[in-house]
Amino acid sequence: MSEFAPRYPVTPGDQSTATFGPTPSQTVGPYWKIGLDWGADGENVVPADTPGRITVRITVIDGDRTPIADAMVETWQADADGRFGTDGFRGFARSAADETGTATVYTIKPGAHESDTDADEAPHLNVGIFARGMLDRLCTRLYFPEDLAAHATDPVLAALPETQRRKLIAEKSDDGYVWTVYVQDLDPNGVETPFFAI
Amino acid sequence: MLHLPPRFARPDGAHPPLDFPDYRTTALRRPAQPLTLIPQRLGELTGPVFGEDRVQEGDADLTLAHGGEAAGQRIIVHGRVLDSDGKPVPHTLLEVWQANAAGRYRHVNDNWPAPLDPHFDGVGRCVTDAQGNYRFTTIKPGAYPWRNHHNAWRPAHIHFSLFGTAFTQRLVTQMYFPDDPMFFQDPIYNSVPAEARHRMVSVFDYDATVDNWALGFRFDIVLRGREATPFENEEDDDE
Repeated sequence: MSEFAPRYPVTPGDQSTATFGPTPSQTVGPYWKIGLDWGADGENVVPADTPGRITVRITVIDGDRTPIADAMVETWQADADGRFGTDGFRGFARSAADETGTATVYTIKPGAHESDTDADEAPHLNVGIFARGMLDRLCTRLYFPEDLAAHATDPVLAALPETQRRKLIAEKSDDGYVWTVYVQDLDPNGVETPFFAI
Repeated sequence: MLHLPPRFARPDGAHPPLDFPDYRTTALRRPAQPLTLIPQRLGELTGPVFGEDRVQEGDADLTLAHGGEAAGQRIIVHGRVLDSDGKPVPHTLLEVWQANAAGRYRHVNDNWPAPLDPHFDGVGRCVTDAQGNYRFTTIKPGAYPWRNHHNAWRPAHIHFSLFGTAFTQRLVTQMYFPDDPMFFQDPIYNSVPAEARHRMVSVFDYDATVDNWALGFRFDIVLRGREATPFENEEDDDE
């Protein structure tokens, strides 16, 4: 073990002496499953017998191309008609990655919806990724490969160069979609997934 | 075209950077390329709503498990969930998890030589009331060693996870205890900008301390608030 040992100046204080403002983010750490694992309920946005149910597999890979087997993936999405927060549709998944770094979500494909620009937002999942070693959530989006026309005008995709846009589009699989999130590539023209500050 | 509600203010200066080399696991788990700033739209301004449906009786008391009482200093952790405008966030779910009094987590990967407590699982849930108040009963967690650096110890902490009302308000954080002697060597605590660090440190609360029962600590949690709307008649101005 290295003798590396960081030292930081400590100033006394607590919330009663701190400036008021947003509470800082901290990592979920290695033991998040104690508090946050919802098991199968977390993975199932909709029940198994839902017509049109799809399986979305999201694989999270680190800068050494090693799966992040302790990642937690959350998704938030519109219903099939492009509406958020409708009664009876949770719209949210929380899924634990397995040893291959893959988190599975069972859901229905969201619809397109209006935006604050002239163009609609193409169907997509909002994706949040948490893990040990991530001091804050990583936010990205998953789009669907069959919506090419809608992608051309989607206001978020439109803001990205073509090489980046492609990385947000999942691939079709037998029972749904698969998508790989590359958390890091030092090469600006590499495989790193675009992440968003929202 | 949609006219969206006011967006949420970005929490400038509050959050740690993703790249903090002293916390060695960040090296391969942080993006190397800059984040792309995107405006919050419908999917960012909305979010899942979880409340009482995810909480069962007893979930806010971590000290009673498997027919017995957890060992350690019993404490009450309470406070308010607010947004950065100071407005309470009512009826929102909090999920917490922590180590036991000896600093050991009930997790298959935590096997340092400290005892598990048969009466402590270290998981709790509760929902804020109409004024944004929440309250847990638990035991003070111990410090625990990790392999980040030589003789590395995490300061005692409780993990908190909150949803707020919008995808963009989602927050996972850690609550620390006042005057913890391990702050000086902890990169996770010190990854946060100095100005915001003390927002993670709870306050010893003698008023919440219960005679002959438990010590009180107060911990308020502040989520992003809405941006101000400078032009109330923006629509008219456009015409």
